[in-house]
Amino acid sequence: MAARYDHIVVGAGHNGLVCAAYLAKAGKRVLILEASDRLGGASVTRDFAAGFSVSACAHLLGQFQSDIVRDLGLARHGLRFVSGPMPTAALSPDGRPVLLSAPGRSAADADAYPAFTARMHRLARSLLPILGMAPPRLGTDAWSDRRGLLRMAWSVRRLGRTDMRELLRIIGMNAYDLMEEHFESALLKGALGFDAVLGTNFGPRSPGTVLTLLYRMAAEAGAGGPRAVQPEGGMGAVADALAKAARAAGAEIRREAPVERILVKDDRAIGVVLASGEEVAAGSVVSSADPHTTFMRLLGPEHLDTGFVRRIKHFRHKGLAAKLHLALDGLPAFSGLDPSTLGGRLLIAPSLDYVEHAYNHAKYGEYSKAPALEITLPTVNDPSLAPAGKHVLSAVVQYAPYDLAGGWEAGRERFTDIVIDTIEHHAPGLRSLIQARELLTPVDIEREFRIAGGHWHHGDLAFDQFFMVRPVPGAAQYRAPVAGLYLCGAGAHPGGGVMGLAGRNAAAKMLEAA
Amino acid sequence: MTASLSTTAAPQRRFDAIIVGAGHNGLVAACYLAKAGLSVLVLERNDYIGGAAVSRQLYPEFTYSNCSYVCSLLRPEIMRELELPRHGLQIIPYEGGCTMMRDGGHLALYDNHDALRREIGRHSKRDAEAYDRYSRDVMRQCKFIKPLLMRSPPDPTSFKPRDIMELLYLAKRFNGMGEERMYDTIRFWTMSAADFLDEYFESEIVKAHFAGSSIIGTALGPRSPGTAYVLLHHYMGDIDDAVGAWGFARGGMGAVTKALAASFQEKGGTIHTGAGVERILTRNGRGVGVALTDGTEFYARTVISNMDVKRTFLQTMDAKDLPDEFLRQVRNFKIRGSSGKLNIALDGLPEVPAIPKGAPCTRGDMHVTDTIEMMERAYDDWKDGFWSRAPYIDMLIPSQIDPTMAPDGKHYMSVFVQYCPYRLANGAPTETGWDDTQRKAFGDTVIDTIARHSPNFKDLILHAEIRTPWDIEREVGLTEGNIFQGELTMDQLLFNRPIPGYAQYRTPVKGVYMCGSSTHPGGGVMGAPGHNAARQVLGDLRLAA
Amino acid sequence: MQPLPGKPHFLQPLLPTPFSERTHALSQVDSFIQWSGYTTVDVFTTAEQEYFAIRNATSLYDLTPMVKYRIAGSGAERFLNRLVTRNIAKLKEGRVAYTVWCNDAGHVIDDGTIFRMGAEEFRLCAQERQLDWLRDAAIGFDVAIDEITEEIAALALQGPTSCAVLKEFGVRGAERLKPFEIGRFTVDGLEITISRTGFTGDLGYELWMAPRDALAVWDRLMAAGKSRGIRPIGSQALDMARIEAGFIMLNHDFVSAEHTIRAGRDRSPLELGLDWLVDFNKGHFNGRRALLTEKQRGVRRRLVGLDVAGNKPAHNALIYSDHTGIKEIGSVTSAIWSPTCKRNIALAMIDAPHFDIGHTVWAEIYLNRELVWERRMARAQVVDKPFFAPERRRATPPADF
Repeated sequence: MAARYDHIVVGAGHNGLVCAAYLAKAGKRVLILEASDRLGGASVTRDFAAGFSVSACAHLLGQFQSDIVRDLGLARHGLRFVSGPMPTAALSPDGRPVLLSAPGRSAADADAYPAFTARMHRLARSLLPILGMAPPRLGTDAWSDRRGLLRMAWSVRRLGRTDMRELLRIIGMNAYDLMEEHFESALLKGALGFDAVLGTNFGPRSPGTVLTLLYRMAAEAGAGGPRAVQPEGGMGAVADALAKAARAAGAEIRREAPVERILVKDDRAIGVVLASGEEVAAGSVVSSADPHTTFMRLLGPEHLDTGFVRRIKHFRHKGLAAKLHLALDGLPAFSGLDPSTLGGRLLIAPSLDYVEHAYNHAKYGEYSKAPALEITLPTVNDPSLAPAGKHVLSAVVQYAPYDLAGGWEAGRERFTDIVIDTIEHHAPGLRSLIQARELLTPVDIEREFRIAGGHWHHGDLAFDQFFMVRPVPGAAQYRAPVAGLYLCGAGAHPGGGVMGLAGRNAAAKMLEAA
Repeated sequence: MTASLSTTAAPQRRFDAIIVGAGHNGLVAACYLAKAGLSVLVLERNDYIGGAAVSRQLYPEFTYSNCSYVCSLLRPEIMRELELPRHGLQIIPYEGGCTMMRDGGHLALYDNHDALRREIGRHSKRDAEAYDRYSRDVMRQCKFIKPLLMRSPPDPTSFKPRDIMELLYLAKRFNGMGEERMYDTIRFWTMSAADFLDEYFESEIVKAHFAGSSIIGTALGPRSPGTAYVLLHHYMGDIDDAVGAWGFARGGMGAVTKALAASFQEKGGTIHTGAGVERILTRNGRGVGVALTDGTEFYARTVISNMDVKRTFLQTMDAKDLPDEFLRQVRNFKIRGSSGKLNIALDGLPEVPAIPKGAPCTRGDMHVTDTIEMMERAYDDWKDGFWSRAPYIDMLIPSQIDPTMAPDGKHYMSVFVQYCPYRLANGAPTETGWDDTQRKAFGDTVIDTIARHSPNFKDLILHAEIRTPWDIEREVGLTEGNIFQGELTMDQLLFNRPIPGYAQYRTPVKGVYMCGSSTHPGGGVMGAPGHNAARQVLGDLRLAA
Repeated sequence: MQPLPGKPHFLQPLLPTPFSERTHALSQVDSFIQWSGYTTVDVFTTAEQEYFAIRNATSLYDLTPMVKYRIAGSGAERFLNRLVTRNIAKLKEGRVAYTVWCNDAGHVIDDGTIFRMGAEEFRLCAQERQLDWLRDAAIGFDVAIDEITEEIAALALQGPTSCAVLKEFGVRGAERLKPFEIGRFTVDGLEITISRTGFTGDLGYELWMAPRDALAVWDRLMAAGKSRGIRPIGSQALDMARIEAGFIMLNHDFVSAEHTIRAGRDRSPLELGLDWLVDFNKGHFNGRRALLTEKQRGVRRRLVGLDVAGNKPAHNALIYSDHTGIKEIGSVTSAIWSPTCKRNIALAMIDAPHFDIGHTVWAEIYLNRELVWERRMARAQVVDKPFFAPERRRATPPADF
């Protein structure tokens, strides 16, 4: 089996595409194998009702790293935005929402907010170099590992004593206490606290949620500032631009070519076997699939040590976020909300306790009785996603545990109604506009996007699954224990969110090894 | 034993050092300072010494360890150096422990390895063997942390040689663990007890039993990240090198502070009880003494507070002596009331049908929470401002082992309760705190919980002292009744404890120090904060410890 | 001795074995040990006399506490091949292999024997319980693992006359059993599996049976062996024989990598001198990558045999590079005066580069002479193992004595 390719990339998710594009740009012969008939993985636009399309998983682009956009020439390859930085509105049960850019409910909060966000952005920016590097290993004699550790230390130290102390104090804290320390208004605290737990397996009272907040802000800083934006044509446009960039650099992409198994010979990955039985050889294989899928299914435990398999088994990878899509006859009105902000992010997280209570249920395998939501109306900025005059509502819904007691077949419709009722409360009349609805639970996300556990981040984002221990020790430098096998998905550092860093960092590591 | 003000004809007013509060840490610090030759005065607000390590007679002929109730963390170095055994302290190990299950079953812990394996094996054969891996990993962490307990944490933002040396020492110790175990350590310090236990055990009851110590005294649930560390914190003690062993102090927990006081007085120290400190006095930005509530003043160039940071800086010092940022951090310091306590005099030994006759596991800690979910739900109640409807309880009957605690045939039972809020969502907390109806309802919840597992329990009750966090605050002086003088979360450990930049027992005011559990390494009757604070003071005075 | 009726585990943590009724009755000095949750005899009369039964006649040893697992399923062979260092695909049905198994770092968790009972059924005999490790090792393999220690009673029949005793006992064809071969026999309705294996380095067999048959087998063996000098032995005598045979023992010569608390206490098979057990060419197995690295780098220490001057056993002795006793290079893990070889032998873990055969090192031996401790520096030479390896252990058919 002669190798036609230097590298095979398993999965054309955004990280797989980024990784492939960087490898191809470096002159490597790259083949991308995608199981489904569309590219992008969880960064995708697809129809969910006749004439209605939606970004079916991730629905906003706020973290995609600007240097990747520049390196790969994504603008040249068609990536355009239909919105500027989107405003965020915290919806209130009393019909008086607040804009996070001007949280005017309390004078004290209005005073505290700018200083708070400025400091948080300073602290977050000190973490940015950490996101962009391959995590160093501990206890080795390698100069590169030591340099990595020093770079980290320097980045934090450079903050100066006061900020550094604050960072070291709050990084292990929970978002709940941090918000309580700074603000009065329940609405503001709720919205900020919800941002900290979005996509995680935590409630705002869980320690470590300041880390997830800072992490999110750091990624945003790397994307050119605190902002969420909407690509023209939905998130699928990101995938399209990446695919174009990869192809332009010489990479080859095959759709509907699901990888069945990674081929190993003499303890080295030498290619893959497709579901069709076809074998494709390559110098090395990089997987953008989640760690469970990569190691337990594609590679197989027989090629791994038991302690490593034990760690993979305990890598927490079950999702808690669902996605709601509504096809609407017209634009809904949200109480008290200026129509000009309908193109922004609308949060239903009226207080920290509200979000915490929503989380309580998830701990016991129940869905939230009063869920917290991040809502967008993508058609406000991009009418092309729906027939003329019609609209799409896309919402991230928390919490919806993968292992729902009783199963999702029984629970899906009831939960969908609860979610819609929750929105209806803020947007009276919404129900009468609904033409079609779709709720993607983590089980559906698992099926559609081939992510074991249906977790956007491929695995919980938490201190004990972060950086040097992500996904597990022994595979945290993008390199699997089997030579020639790499990881470039969200299961690797720095995790999920459409930011492209896992793909870029992995490519750098592979090129270094070559 | 203690000399009170009124009996002293011409009280000495000037000392080398004054310690505010005769808790165990205050007394440990006092002993070390007196040992170094300083004249030391300990001032205690209550009429008795001990703080939260006390033995009290609140019902005739019964001795209650009415606050802390287990003695395992007290550092052996301190016991030896202060000669506490000679001063009467004797520690007797538990003989087991158990959790009674709602279905009538139970899980017991035994010292004998084979008995334990067969016992856990009744629930899961695999868990019985995974237990060895679990205790190995906990032991590895204990070995890493133990030496750090008696050291002052470095300031990572500082360029002072001492701090840099100490950071290097930490890095070297950490590095000495080897690559894999370093990663394990990072994970261990940051993960939740529930996730940690999931990596070892499959049986719910086994996980629930071990998860208990991860929530004791803390305002977190077993699913909160960081609770694996709390679990370890309770394991860090050792009795005669048996790491993780728990024991009773003979004569109740007051025996600890009684021995400390005896050691202190033998070294020439002075204790005044009934002497509440109103103010720490400063002059030209440095501590010079204290003023009592009755106006009496005592002077010393070193004042050490055994009180928690909030009480020390917000109630006993003048705000204008302290930097604004420091005060803000003190206000932000998390001290949460999350535990209650019942002390019960029993007319006999309660029957516990779940436990087979003759099993020694009742001569240790007994529990009734048989799933982690139950524990987490108990925490959810607390978050909403209620005491847990099905609380986690840690109950002991020390009189089975220690005959001094109760009359022959009768028994003293200590019931620690998690969770109970300081403030109730519905109504209390007012200036007067909990009212009697609320207190009784809380007590009834706990008593009913126990009675479900012991049919004759209620009939045996002669007297019950019910202590809410509010009561503990009022009597002991611990803010919100928090047994650790501050949550043991990552933002409040090591160099963050109690306040970043002030983790080395000093305060912004020269001559004023902290030695309570608010400081590194935190709560439990360990004595390490007192010891470390004394070393810092002596170092600053250029005296050898 | 049957379990005392109604005594639960918290009052009587240790189990009797199916042979306890006999062994306790024969025990003269009440010397028992705890072994994997059972009480067994350490010494019946004196260790020396029992030892000579191993080397001169036949010894009978209660092996029941040896931890046993049934490993069965279509993935059993693949599972074991990934678990242990030897190539189990090469192990034929009806054969036994001695092996070790390692963690990810290539450090030994335990050693033991694997019996291939059928195409898809194996028995793993180990020194310690490790269901926790085995079940995690089974993730991804179609295999069922069950501990069967209590389901099988076991005896070791070892010594030059052991084959003769078996024949007398009624095992027809016992003499045809080759080393590491398994045979199934029925003697007067008693079903017994016999393997030509052992821990003495001598001619010998291990007998596996249902617990209900245990006493009958014991009694008939004792009767059959009467004229061949059969004698029950305890663990002390066995320990002497295994040191002569150069066999290592958990918690004496190494600590399981699953149990070490301190860094640097784990041992690899290469360090234990078990290179011959490691098959790097069979495909992946636990610890392979780490062991390959170690092999390329060279081991930092190795367990070797020592021939120590004098006749005082070098128990717990520290080993030095020369007689000045300044440079410490290792320590003794097991030591005895060998009554058969008339040599003072020891197993010792010695640092590179002092562990090569023929190297001279020095052992610091402490002697208690009528309550006065004396210190000796004894010259010792690194020698080949085993110290004692009689031809009869391999001969098939074996001679009658």
